[in-house]
Amino acid sequence: MDLFETEGDNAHDFTVSELSGAVKRVIEGEFGQVRVRGEIGRVSRPASGHLYYDLKDDRSVIAAITWKGQASKLTVRPEEGMEVIATGRMTTFPGQSKYQLIIDDIRPAGAGALMAMLEKRRKALAEEGLFDESRKRPLPWLPEVIGVVTSPSGAVIRDILHRLRDRFPRHVLIWPVAVQGERCAPEVAAAIRGFNAMTEGRPDLLIVARGGGSLEDLWGFNEEIVVRAASESRIPLISAVGHETDTTLIDYASDRRAPTPTAAAEMAVPVRHELLAAVDQRGAALSRCISTGFVNRTQRLRDLARALPRPETLTQTAAQRHDLWAGRLDGALGLGITRRRARLDPLAAHLRPRLLADLVARGRDRLGALRPEDSLTRRTERAQERLAAAGARLDPAFARAVAEAARDAARARATLDALAARLEPALRLRALADRLESTDRLRQTLGYRETLARGYAVIRGDGEVVTSKAEAAKAAVLEAEFHDGRLVLGAKKKAKAAPPAQGSLF
Amino acid sequence: MTETIADMTFEAAMTELERVVAALEKGDVPLEESIKLYERGAALKSHCAAKLKAAEEKVELIRAEAGRAIGTTPAEGL
Repeated sequence: MDLFETEGDNAHDFTVSELSGAVKRVIEGEFGQVRVRGEIGRVSRPASGHLYYDLKDDRSVIAAITWKGQASKLTVRPEEGMEVIATGRMTTFPGQSKYQLIIDDIRPAGAGALMAMLEKRRKALAEEGLFDESRKRPLPWLPEVIGVVTSPSGAVIRDILHRLRDRFPRHVLIWPVAVQGERCAPEVAAAIRGFNAMTEGRPDLLIVARGGGSLEDLWGFNEEIVVRAASESRIPLISAVGHETDTTLIDYASDRRAPTPTAAAEMAVPVRHELLAAVDQRGAALSRCISTGFVNRTQRLRDLARALPRPETLTQTAAQRHDLWAGRLDGALGLGITRRRARLDPLAAHLRPRLLADLVARGRDRLGALRPEDSLTRRTERAQERLAAAGARLDPAFARAVAEAARDAARARATLDALAARLEPALRLRALADRLESTDRLRQTLGYRETLARGYAVIRGDGEVVTSKAEAAKAAVLEAEFHDGRLVLGAKKKAKAAPPAQGSLF
Repeated sequence: MTETIADMTFEAAMTELERVVAALEKGDVPLEESIKLYERGAALKSHCAAKLKAAEEKVELIRAEAGRAIGTTPAEGL
């Protein structure tokens, strides 16, 4: 007996999948086609191409998906904050116990909401400086290559090419893009960046163009990635999106805004035939200028040539002056000679040869007086004469001095004797004796006896002083006197006593 | 005046041509120089005219891959 048998056991046991499937059926059945209004929340765009985003209001959130195939057909690219009315169906994702809205179409919830969003974005981007005038570059005057970002099919590219053909055929590169829908903004932005990234054949002007459409149709050109790409483009860019009254944000970021694609082509290139005309005009001006230059110069040359005086007139005055002075030249020479002769004659009269001879004689005299060798000779002669006179006076003077000395000695001796007799005091006598002695010494130095003391001898022959061998030979008796006495040297004859005599000391 | 005319863009050549004409119009250029200027002006003029006459249309479609241009295809029928 089963005591624990559950009561009311007729209920069915679901598997999880069964229940999930049941829920799915209920939801899909109940909400197979819904329109829902809400604000787009976070948008995720994985590589698969499907779009995952949220729809929300102030209290609730519903997960939303737009499958890849449908996403490319959306007229409006879902963006966070966008107020939309979405059309789709509800389903579940049993793997995560989720319910979600599969959206086929999105429309902005009223133009007012979209415009408000656009304005808000414009302000934000403007604050970043993306629309600054200083970022605008001038368009090239004549681009060689023009890059056009647009749909390759449709009226827009035809209009552009047509107008370019009319004005100035150019090399045009078309970068094909979707000009509306989900793919529009990323493709346009990529095309602008792609043209800028080209290294060969890079365009020198870009045109981003699209025909007219609703605000939603043009929405891609309001997207931030497009605005940024246009603003960052180093190639000058013309935007031509929609009609003249449509303004999209790319128009603020572009360097020029054209009201229509045709107008963009007109901005892009000048008109060739006008340029040809201008070139021809410059060419004509060139020729005119150069020929005017020649004409003016020729005229000026002619005028100056006319103003040049004739060569004869330049020399006439000179010739006349020449003739005048040449005529006076001969007479002037004669006259000059006459005048000079008149001055010469009175002076010449005074000039005689005697005057000159006298002068020469005087000069010679003075010259003779100045002759140096004569003067020297004369002085030498005079000196010799004076020397001879002095010599003549020398011998007698010497003899006189000796005689005087002898006399003095004799007188002194006499005086001494006289005094000695008279003077008693020995001292006095002694003084006198000293004086006598010194006086005698003086006498002896002047006499020859002192010389005898030094070894000399005086030879006498027959009493006379003998000074030569010849005299000695002749003498009968020779006597030698030494300082201490005399000695007879052998008598040939009878010797005679010779008195002391003065003789030559030498 | 040093740039080779053959390498000049139309705009550069045209600008210089105008400068040459203006210089000659002033008339104070010495004769020898004015002849040189004229010759240069004439060459510039021919270059400009040739550039204008040589202009011809060529339209190509870009083939892009991952955002980069990888080649071009001539555009037909546009």
